[in-house]
Amino acid sequence: MTALAAMLVRDMRIAVRVGGGALMGVLFFLVVAAMVPFALGPDLALLKRIGPAILWLAALLASLLALDRLFAADHEDGSLDLILMGRAPLELVVAIKGVAHWLTTGLPLVVAAPIIGLFLNLDGPAEVTLVLTLLAGTPALTFIGLIGAAIAVTLRRGGLLVAVLVLPLTVPVLIFGVAAANAVSSRPVPFGTPFTILCALTLASLVVGPFAAAAALRQEME
Amino acid sequence: MRLTASNLTCRRGGREVFAGVSFSVASGELLAIRGRNGAGKSSLLRMVVGLVRVADGQLALEAGDPELTIGEQAHYLGHQDALKPSLSVRENLQFWADFLGTGAAAIGEPLARVGLETLADLPAAYLSAGQRRRLSIARLLVVTRPIWLLDEPLSALDAVAQQSLTEFMRAHLAGGGVILAATHGALGLSAVREVWLGEAPSPLVGEGWGGGSGGGATTSTPARRVANPTPTPSPSGKGEET
Repeated sequence: MTALAAMLVRDMRIAVRVGGGALMGVLFFLVVAAMVPFALGPDLALLKRIGPAILWLAALLASLLALDRLFAADHEDGSLDLILMGRAPLELVVAIKGVAHWLTTGLPLVVAAPIIGLFLNLDGPAEVTLVLTLLAGTPALTFIGLIGAAIAVTLRRGGLLVAVLVLPLTVPVLIFGVAAANAVSSRPVPFGTPFTILCALTLASLVVGPFAAAAALRQEME
Repeated sequence: MRLTASNLTCRRGGREVFAGVSFSVASGELLAIRGRNGAGKSSLLRMVVGLVRVADGQLALEAGDPELTIGEQAHYLGHQDALKPSLSVRENLQFWADFLGTGAAAIGEPLARVGLETLADLPAAYLSAGQRRRLSIARLLVVTRPIWLLDEPLSALDAVAQQSLTEFMRAHLAGGGVILAATHGALGLSAVREVWLGEAPSPLVGEGWGGGSGGGATTSTPARRVANPTPTPSPSGKGEET
């Protein structure tokens, strides 16, 4: 197994075992989104209108939940030293850790979203666009989050700092994700335009995130 | 292969930890890095592998792989064991074998050599401190690297494990490897060079926490290299403590 494949397998194993963050994210997502109908009351038209935005916000918060442990755990037990010394390029290792994190926390959100969408009175086409936008947008959340996780790596309780650092950077993703998800219910807005921009944001973050995070990690270690 | 450091200076947190440290260590030799607590032994090791910035001075490796950094040709056994508690002993070792190595490395035999083969499927969370240490030592055996950097390698190990670590180190040196070890204890090996960080204690007043000659001065003055790396005359074969 190559170094990168080994890292992918290890991170996914840790995430799904006891103490890993895989289930926490999706449970948090389900709980937060399920609370909304209780708070707003049984106004079906309102729920349908704001449903995609609620789900996107919940997905955003849920994907930040386990993010601060991404590098901090490796830093605390000394693994990060060996990763930095390793022959695999740090940028690729960071990217692989991001992929593992998305597969264990982002992808379950995408799968769970239609179920919780029923709570919010979303119909078939709205559910499909919601899943599509989450599928295209959640990798951007993870890879932008990599930067915050890398910056906060040496802090003992960096979770809040990660959220404060990362949330403003995710605003464009949120705007275009929700715009695309709302396209079905509100006719005048086309689906293609915001969705294309969302995909572009994701692709850009896939490139920028690992490089910025790797640079931050190298700086922190000095 | 020869690892040479000249006039290394380390600054951490705005404070000069040590300055003017020089040493040279060749294949088959062990360099024992000695010094009091806080003298910068760990920092020196981390500097060699590139985890701490070289503030001043030079590090050079002759006859190594020119494509790789020193750190990429070295094993670093630090204070932390780099183990994930939720993964089993086997999974932990297999991960480092795959990540650090190239291709499929067999982990069964190294696990047996550190005496953990019966615990291979136990999550690392249940290991004792000494067993965790042995598992990280197995990492050195799974992947071949010419340079070993060991930070207090004997800590937490029982007498039997200390002896087998000494055997591993002896075999590594015999195979042309280089070892840098920060340690307070005797390693029980011949062919030892030594470098002192801070003041080398005189043999008569070396005890006591107050320091050797200067009272509490060792903590406040910037550390200086005092002793030259001195190769001890190695008697043939073994003959030290075992």
